[in-house]
Amino acid sequence: MGTTAGRVPEQAAEERRRGSFSSRRVFILAAIGSAVGLGNIWRFPYVAYENGGGAFLVPYLVALLTAGIPFLLLDYAIGHRHRGSAPLSFARLRRGTEGLGWWQVAICFVIAVYYAAVLAWALRYTFFSLDQAWGPDPEAFFFGEFLQAGDVAVTADVVPGVLVPLALVWLAVLVIMALGVQRGIGLTSLVFIPVLVLAFVALVVQALLLPGAGAGLDALFTPDWSALTSASVWAAAFGQIFFSLSVGFGIMITYASYVRRREDMVGSGLVVGFSNSGFELLAGIGVFAALGFMAQAGGVAVDEVASGGIGLAFIAFPTIISEAPAGALLGVLFFGSLVIAGITSLISVIEVVISAVRDKLETSRLTATLAVGVPVAVLSLVLFSTTSGIYVLDVVDHFVNQYGILVVALVSMLVVAWGLRALTGLGEHLNVHGRPRVGAGWRVLTSVVAPAGLAVVLVLALRDDLETPYEGYPTWLLAVFGWGMAVALPIVGFLLARLRWRAGTHLDGPPPGSDPAAPLHVTPTTELAPGSGHEGGRR
Amino acid sequence: MSTSAIVMMVVAMLVMWGGLAVSVVNLLRQGAVEDRAEDA
Repeated sequence: MGTTAGRVPEQAAEERRRGSFSSRRVFILAAIGSAVGLGNIWRFPYVAYENGGGAFLVPYLVALLTAGIPFLLLDYAIGHRHRGSAPLSFARLRRGTEGLGWWQVAICFVIAVYYAAVLAWALRYTFFSLDQAWGPDPEAFFFGEFLQAGDVAVTADVVPGVLVPLALVWLAVLVIMALGVQRGIGLTSLVFIPVLVLAFVALVVQALLLPGAGAGLDALFTPDWSALTSASVWAAAFGQIFFSLSVGFGIMITYASYVRRREDMVGSGLVVGFSNSGFELLAGIGVFAALGFMAQAGGVAVDEVASGGIGLAFIAFPTIISEAPAGALLGVLFFGSLVIAGITSLISVIEVVISAVRDKLETSRLTATLAVGVPVAVLSLVLFSTTSGIYVLDVVDHFVNQYGILVVALVSMLVVAWGLRALTGLGEHLNVHGRPRVGAGWRVLTSVVAPAGLAVVLVLALRDDLETPYEGYPTWLLAVFGWGMAVALPIVGFLLARLRWRAGTHLDGPPPGSDPAAPLHVTPTTELAPGSGHEGGRR
Repeated sequence: MSTSAIVMMVVAMLVMWGGLAVSVVNLLRQGAVEDRAEDA
């Protein structure tokens, strides 16, 4: 547990009120847990395969180094310097930007509602793997017997096979959240992340030993250099990095606010960024080795079985598990990894909301957990344990990613960099204890390159969605759960920003005692001075 | 596997896992320097 000995009184009181990570290691594992999620396992391999194979490495690394990590450091700087949830950090940055924080909170609320449903499916499939309950036709089983998906509509027909595991997921998540920042999020990450890595390494080893694995890796890594001339390939790389690193929608701001003030946030960010990408590579090797086996077993080419997302996890992998030697073990490792990776991401998403409610209303941890968690869980159960759950989930997931996360990330970056011109101060804050130091290069990447990359991704997505209705879904479904939801999120965010802060909340600049350059053992005359530490940088 | 696929796989491993190793070493060294400064 964290100690407050030797810290300034304001900071110690704030840490007691908000909670904090006990060490840098716990923070890094929690941040990795947030970044490494379902997308690393089921999205990256297929995106890489579809966009040039081995050649995709070039735009992917460019996106990681020029946009992903710089943006991650920006989030860290905002949260660590202003020591608050996303709304409080933005309010302290400049009062008028608080709505951006609440927009991010609203996005996290929506993501939490549907993300848990996929975890519930993976939890159920972990046990299905033991006896390959899906039978000879995994696709028919998934959509028919398991989800009982009917016509595209919103129904109230409950599917008990989804309802029960979904309720269990929410129960586990709410217990973790109620335990607090260190005992809940921190300890969960401390245990789950090493277990996830071990489980996935075991899965990769097993997959590599399957016949046909080489053909799968060949399909994934053979470079198509002509892909590098395609704008959509570069956009795919920037999109993958942004979606995968959990940047731009409040998570990293919130987690950074729980880190001790004298901490190397730049070095920590590099570890988190490369861990995330390292895990994606591991996932790519495991997934495509298994797909190579599937192709060989079926006597077809790898491109005929390659898939991503729900199709990969709940249709392709069950097929592989049924045919592979020791398939039950492969299944438990794969779906168990999905559950673990998903849980650590889900708790980070829901923490954004809980943290914001606590900061705004001065409630206890338990009260905020119940006030946030119960409505989210009920909404999740009502919408996604029904026979229409998968259609709503698919639409909400697509639109909240493309027109929620991307837009709020772009707007936030432009406001911070160009509207508030806050990058210099934030960079100085990072440099107090951070190595390597960030300078003009970081400011250019954060203010020009990263927004430009995001804008291109956004424009291409918008063009596609305006040309063709997403997945051919009915207009009313896209209007309500897609476009309507995406437009409603910033409106809700800026309305929430009009609520008054709890009495005594420090706004307008970093809180007293947050200066990382200040000595740990301090005299009251310097540290209790009003406004001390507001500039954050080394003086 | 083709030669080009093997090369790209090795390059990817070196860059991503090597980058992770270097960043971990950088963080540990920085932490050690900070600790010595605190002790002094």
